[in-house]
Amino acid sequence: MSDRKALRFTRVIVPVVALGLIAAACSSKKDNTTTKTGSGGTTPSAAATPFKIAIVAPSATNDLAFTPSLVDAVTSLKSKSNLDIAVSDNLFVVDDAANAIRNYASQGYDLVIAHGSQFGSSVQQIAPQFPKVAFAWGTAGDTFGLDNVFAYQAASDQGGYVNGVMAAMLTKSNVIGVVGPIEVGDAKLYIDGFKVGAQATNSSAQVKVNYIQSFSDVAKAAEAANSFVQAKADVMTGTAQMVVGAVGVCKTNDIAWFGTQSNQTALAPGVVVASQVYHWEVALSQMIDAIKGGTLGGKSYTIDIANGGEVVEFNPGYSLPSDVKTKADDTIAGIKDGSITTGVSGS
Amino acid sequence: MKEFLTVSVLTATAASGIRLAIPFLLASLGETMGQRSGVLNLGVEGVMLLGAFGAYYTALQTHSLWLGALVGIGVGLVLGVVTAVVNVTLKAEQGISGIGIYLFGLGFSDLLFQKLVGTPTPINSLPVLKVPVLARLPLLGKMLFQHSILVYVALLLVPVLAFVLNRTTYGTKIKAVGENPAAADSLGVSVTKIRYSTVILGSVLAGLAGAALALELGIFQQNLTQGEGFIAVALVYFGAWRPTGVLAGSLLYGMVAAVVLTWNTLGIIPQSASGLASMAPAVITVVALVFVARRVRQPAALARAYQRGG
Amino acid sequence: MAAVAALIVGALMLLALGANPITGYHALLRGAFGSSDALTSTALKAVPLILVGVGICIAFRANVLNIGGEGQMVVGGLLGTLVALAFPGIPGPLMVPLVLVAGMVGGGLWGAIPGALKAYFNVNEILSTIMLNIVAVQLMNYLLAGPLIDKTLTTTFARIPQTRRLSPNADLPIISHATGLHAGVVVALLAAVLVYVLLWRTTLGFRLRAVGLSREASRYSGMSVKGTITLALTLSGAMAGLAGAVLVFGSLSHRMVTDGSATGFTGSAGFNGIVAALFGALNPLWTIVSAFIFGGLLVGGTAMQIAVQVPSSLIVALNGLVVVFVVSIEIVRRRYRLRLEPALGAGDVGPGPPPAIEGTEGLPGSAEMVEG
Repeated sequence: MSDRKALRFTRVIVPVVALGLIAAACSSKKDNTTTKTGSGGTTPSAAATPFKIAIVAPSATNDLAFTPSLVDAVTSLKSKSNLDIAVSDNLFVVDDAANAIRNYASQGYDLVIAHGSQFGSSVQQIAPQFPKVAFAWGTAGDTFGLDNVFAYQAASDQGGYVNGVMAAMLTKSNVIGVVGPIEVGDAKLYIDGFKVGAQATNSSAQVKVNYIQSFSDVAKAAEAANSFVQAKADVMTGTAQMVVGAVGVCKTNDIAWFGTQSNQTALAPGVVVASQVYHWEVALSQMIDAIKGGTLGGKSYTIDIANGGEVVEFNPGYSLPSDVKTKADDTIAGIKDGSITTGVSGS
Repeated sequence: MKEFLTVSVLTATAASGIRLAIPFLLASLGETMGQRSGVLNLGVEGVMLLGAFGAYYTALQTHSLWLGALVGIGVGLVLGVVTAVVNVTLKAEQGISGIGIYLFGLGFSDLLFQKLVGTPTPINSLPVLKVPVLARLPLLGKMLFQHSILVYVALLLVPVLAFVLNRTTYGTKIKAVGENPAAADSLGVSVTKIRYSTVILGSVLAGLAGAALALELGIFQQNLTQGEGFIAVALVYFGAWRPTGVLAGSLLYGMVAAVVLTWNTLGIIPQSASGLASMAPAVITVVALVFVARRVRQPAALARAYQRGG
Repeated sequence: MAAVAALIVGALMLLALGANPITGYHALLRGAFGSSDALTSTALKAVPLILVGVGICIAFRANVLNIGGEGQMVVGGLLGTLVALAFPGIPGPLMVPLVLVAGMVGGGLWGAIPGALKAYFNVNEILSTIMLNIVAVQLMNYLLAGPLIDKTLTTTFARIPQTRRLSPNADLPIISHATGLHAGVVVALLAAVLVYVLLWRTTLGFRLRAVGLSREASRYSGMSVKGTITLALTLSGAMAGLAGAVLVFGSLSHRMVTDGSATGFTGSAGFNGIVAALFGALNPLWTIVSAFIFGGLLVGGTAMQIAVQVPSSLIVALNGLVVVFVVSIEIVRRRYRLRLEPALGAGDVGPGPPPAIEGTEGLPGSAEMVEG
């Protein structure tokens, strides 16, 4: 080992480690003087101290898909109660997310939301170490028998069904295109629901599904949409953040689009018919109330059309034929009262 | 399969393949010039992302796609100067500096997007420009002559760059610097100037490539390019450092991807196998090279910084 | 120092975003090194960087540019997962080495392919490794969303591309229950030492480096250049594959999971490992140090993001800046030092700065140095 190398690296390591030790020393002093606010269920209901929520998410907060649906829901609750919100996104590597979850929990957040099915084991391991912190895990239904873990999920097949009904009535070419990511989880649930709804309404409508094998490849989604255009599709839908590419193609070719996970009207106001929007706040506000009342977990929530957690939001700028709108409203009502079931496994 | 083998589907698929290939064709052509002079730039992806965002944001604010393309070029220019300074003057380890620029481009483009735009907001995408007479040709018309202007620019760049490399003094200098910088230096060729010019040119094309992608799709998102910059670098080797070879590789890759997409849509590929099918472009490219590769030599001084007197 | 310059730029960016740079950097340092939990996180983050990095040391020293770390990690992780799924009952002391070896075999295979293609068919390894990365990701997506998916999760919407919890027998042993430090650290350190020994104390290592310095000379002296090149990529891939297996069996979830891209599983360790190795001057022992520092930067970055709530993309951009600054300015210093000390030219063939690489066939390498 040459001396030069040794010298160079010593110059690097020593200051870094020294700084680290100094930081540690400072921080331990700091932690002692910080008052822990609102741990768990003992927050004074005067809400002078804000309720602290942390969100750990696997993908971006601004891609109109999975993560923003939750972040927007939490943010919307701010108007009703005094909330302090912290977000860490793009933590798709489980161990990084686990670090973040632990970090937030140890900082005295009241509710730490792990928004990703892959974070389950992390929540399962970390929650017992912080019994005064409430954890929420989604999309999932398992609370591991722990009393400080909530679970939440969405019955996205229901909104898919409604969209499918409308799509089947709108199509004149009887070809409907679906652009999907990978055939798993929430995406599969939505698309399966869509297919059932479409077929139940118009048995001669062909629903062609193209899973492009990526959640984020916008260019591929656009070309998949182009191939549907070539196949004479005049109505399309899709799910996951890459659909913005497909929506663009629909805009150019004047093809009706149905969205999910968020309201996609702004992407193409002329062709977006409706979107199934997740209103996680329906479940979240119940969770927050429970936490404030002393229950830190043990319950699993499902948002669906019946409890208002899923809403099919129509684009007012799209002139939907009245018979289609009526059928859609009837379908929604039917799902609400249970007379219509999608039959898709997952509920 | 019958559905696929119709003229309209085949031509549409081919057109789709060309569209898919353009971003990495442009970036790869640029990288070829840089590598021919001996500089390896692994940061292409980062430049593409920043060029894409620059173009997108400009188009969003000014509603002018032309301006957007120009900004994409400008971004490439600025980053090209930075890359050149780091790799040529400061003689940094070219592998690492490239990855650093990639990470910077990836993060900074997304950061700007988050802060300046927020959620994906659509812009007008590039309109299709039909070439007057040729667009009506039976097969080739739909395949080649009904694209946006940047597609034509990219395709035309191939013979232009080939001409520059093979028939101009500048091209000879580039090749000399790439093969034997010391000899070139002794003949009075400024190694630094040549390498600066090719690196900047390469970066400009990478910025334009990113702009082309964003303007074609009419939107921007985190990591829009999805690794196309690295495919572009890989294709330089496929093309044996020749623009025509790079074109062949880009088209091969793009076409296979388009075919897979079309077969998925038409149901030719069963749902369960579509995951395996999406490997096709990469596998076929490698296999093709096995059959095509001759004793190809890369520029002898590739990735080695030059120091006079060294 | 260069890192300081980068951090100053970062501080300016933090200010522009309305964040307090002091709080930010304090959080970064504390998150990376400021407690036993932090040090553990950094160490664990460094493990795949070390493993990939020492693999890169092998490959780059033989003058083979292995950009396929991502794909090799994926295939290594997959093969380890397959073994654990196929034979869940094997007892721990046998199972753990078994899955780790499976990881090496998987990654080795994924390195052998481009190695052989380069040696026998002249297919450039940058092309083949980048393409094989893509193939590996698609293979992983197919397997994890299809045949290998966790069917025990009863609800469809909970199902993402991940396997079920793998057999506990395959869990890497935990060294410290308080912090979660696991045996992956031991594996990484051991691997680094072994590779160091390999490169400088064995005939094979000599062959690898000789081929790296000059293929012509090696061929004249009777070495099988083609075999050595293939072997270099195979070994490099095996190290990356081992990293993948360690990630799967050491992680908190003990499953293989992806988000559809390579980085969803590897966290870009395949690329970051290259940076770590190059900063370690292609010496496995120094790679440990640079990997640890880089790991600290990554872990601390997340902590900084949490503390000042800046977008995570800022952290990514900062990482890139640090890399660019450090690599630029370090070379300037080296160059000036060389000008002043011409006698200390790069003649060492032993551990130390990578020697100037000559040869008639263009070889990738580091900056040319003054020859003594």
